[in-house]
Amino acid sequence: MPIFSFLAYPEKNMKDQLIKDLSHMDYCEVKPSENQDVLILLTDTPDEETNKDLITTIKALKSLQSLSMTFGHTDV
Amino acid sequence: MTLTRRDFIRAMALKSAAVAAATLFPGISFAGWTPTDLPADSILWSKTPCRFCGTGCGLLVGVSGQRAVAVKGDPNCSVNKGLCCVKGYHSIQILYGNDRFTTAYVRKNGKMVPTPIEDALDIVASQMKASIEKNGKDSVSIYGSGQWSIPDGYTASKFFKGCIGTNNVEANARLCMASAVTGCLTTFGLDEPMGCYEDIDNADVFITWGNNMAEMHPVLFSRMLANRKSKTHVQIIDLTTRSTRSSLAADKSILFTPQSDLAIANAICYEIVNNNWVNQEFVANHVSFHKGKTNIGYGTEDHFQFTEKAETIDFDEFKAFLSDYTPELAEKISGVSAEDIKYLAALYADPDKRVTSFWTMGMNQHTRGTWINNLVYNIHLLTGKISTPGNSPFSLTGQPSACGTVREVGTLTHKLPHGVVMNEGDRKMAAKIWDVPETNIDPKPTFHTVEMFRALDRGDINFMWIQVTNPMVTMPNLKRYREGAQKEDRFIVVSEIYPTPTSDVADVILPSALWVEREGFFGNSERRTQHNAQLVPKPGEAMCNTWQLIQVARRMGFEKQFPWKEETYIEDIWNEYTKFHDNPKHRMASYKVLTERSGVQWPFVDGKETRWRYNGKYDPACQADTWDFYGKPDHKAWVWLRPYEPAAESPDREYPFWLNTGRVLEHWHTGSMTRRIPILHKAVPESYVEINPEDARSLGVVNGSKVKISSRRGSIVMKASINGRGNPPEGMVFVPFFDESYLINELTLDAFCPISKQPDYKKCAVKLERA
Repeated sequence: MPIFSFLAYPEKNMKDQLIKDLSHMDYCEVKPSENQDVLILLTDTPDEETNKDLITTIKALKSLQSLSMTFGHTDV
Repeated sequence: MTLTRRDFIRAMALKSAAVAAATLFPGISFAGWTPTDLPADSILWSKTPCRFCGTGCGLLVGVSGQRAVAVKGDPNCSVNKGLCCVKGYHSIQILYGNDRFTTAYVRKNGKMVPTPIEDALDIVASQMKASIEKNGKDSVSIYGSGQWSIPDGYTASKFFKGCIGTNNVEANARLCMASAVTGCLTTFGLDEPMGCYEDIDNADVFITWGNNMAEMHPVLFSRMLANRKSKTHVQIIDLTTRSTRSSLAADKSILFTPQSDLAIANAICYEIVNNNWVNQEFVANHVSFHKGKTNIGYGTEDHFQFTEKAETIDFDEFKAFLSDYTPELAEKISGVSAEDIKYLAALYADPDKRVTSFWTMGMNQHTRGTWINNLVYNIHLLTGKISTPGNSPFSLTGQPSACGTVREVGTLTHKLPHGVVMNEGDRKMAAKIWDVPETNIDPKPTFHTVEMFRALDRGDINFMWIQVTNPMVTMPNLKRYREGAQKEDRFIVVSEIYPTPTSDVADVILPSALWVEREGFFGNSERRTQHNAQLVPKPGEAMCNTWQLIQVARRMGFEKQFPWKEETYIEDIWNEYTKFHDNPKHRMASYKVLTERSGVQWPFVDGKETRWRYNGKYDPACQADTWDFYGKPDHKAWVWLRPYEPAAESPDREYPFWLNTGRVLEHWHTGSMTRRIPILHKAVPESYVEINPEDARSLGVVNGSKVKISSRRGSIVMKASINGRGNPPEGMVFVPFFDESYLINELTLDAFCPISKQPDYKKCAVKLERA
């Protein structure tokens, strides 16, 4: 049951789209910044395989420029 | 509450991301994430404008739990770029003074009795109703402030002008920048500076007119010094009546006799004209010439009236007028050498130098305040040095929202949020937006500030609601107005945070929420609107001033005009207010944009801020790619023929000294907040009188000796300061007004500029005696 957090950076002018894309995904919690083009992404998945698939899906988003991990825990 | 291991790890994951984000983006904030989501010992940083002067520095306030615990400069705010002054760095301590009002008080049998705030609001509403029924709508009034947040002033204007139907709405900004307003209006047809603080980074020469920026606008002064340090040719010229810390830092300090700035400015124009330094192309295309009335009086008598009458003149008449102001003749009036006047003129006229003029109270608190504003504009217009980077005549404001709440919302007797009460179209617009009958808005202005307090003394006004200001310290000729407020049949409501001499005369005290205890907006000197969120809880029963007004308005039957919910009323008010300015000349940013940024300058058109107005290269309201002074019907800026006229009261044999009053770096205005910040209070614990060393020797006083200062209106005894941070010339004394233990305004004169109605706190006659 891994838990990770990331700073997610949108492509130019795509912050709202990125928030929408991530908010619609299972296992994702999004906290957008009010005053910067960045958002916090928390992933909380049931197992490592789901986590791996989720990250792959997230990385494929057109609205996402980059994803930087800030915290990771897998033994929950 | 139990925290599971999983919840703990999720919280740590979020916190790690937040810390990483805060490291990369100082001041970052996250929607919907409140401090309670974080562990108790963490600090959440949020942006806010500073609570003090009109510079509008961006601060980051750190909140832990429910308490503001730290302050730092906001590096994302272009005003201060992360720097603060000593007041800003200590600003959060104003929230936590021991004697904070946290409950309402009502006077019963002569004593102030703690009262539930809902009961106190009932009493305020019933007293207003009773006064209106007995004495008419113009018997009630509200006196606010340039410290009012924009929603406070907007709600007050809608309530009093739109609903009650009285124009008895004034604000203390009348005392600090009314002359800047009338200066702008008479010269450009629209209010507020055309330039911005980027002028400080671009100018080659700064000329400050009676303006001690080192103490009053220290962050902007630091920006000037930084420019000078980075470019060796940059000069700062301090034109002043008293040597100050600004004088010490200037390249050249020029002392002039009080009131003679009028003669100096005209002499500079004389030099520019007679040396053929006029920018002929600019003047021919963008300037017209006018004259007004002269010998216009001083307003010291009740019911004083003045109406300006402008006449168009030509350049030759203007040139002939200037012949009375040769540098040699101006030297006789001002004490400034003809050589220095010629030097100033040459600086202004040098085509290779960009020149910015700054002023604040020295020019505005002046019985010819409008005129001297016009005259400095004349200099910039004759040379074409205006509305381009570094070329700027710039009036700085002293309060955080003198521009935002008073000048833009229009919380003065003659004003509406857009335009003036005298204009039918402006009244129609207000009535439509406010959802009130057009006939509710009275087309006739009532009382400006001094006359409003005279009306209270006379009994023409019976009810006054004072919010966010301390007139029982700041009114000139104070004794009359304090006694007037205490007369029988007067009812005074004071919305305040701490006890002051003004709350001492109150019949009801309403405890106010302060600054980051409520949401709001300020508007600074450079047309920048800044939003602050509520960051900490209100203490006790303290209530936002806007909400106090709404509560009383509803009690008086105006529920329809004030329908908003407590959760969203600030945003709702902003959305309603900005309808007044929905045009390219004044469009303002949306609520959402303001919550995201550390301030936005108007006009804000198509997502772009306007740095320099009236220049088509920068201002979308201009009709051409060049200068367009669109505030005037002829699309030209007006050069005014304005003569030198003496002060209302000058030293004589009986009262041989000028009295000059003002502020010090550490204390803000009447000190009701900064004197409760221990480190600032310790730095300057009490007021004093600055005396020139030669005068002190003649009087036989030394530093710390007690001196009695007397004018025709009153006396005060205070300690002498000789060779302190400021040094007046012989024949002048200076007294800071921050200390309510020494009410220096019992001595000052309630003379004012007949056009702006702004009093002159810089000039009256006093005598000194050893006490």
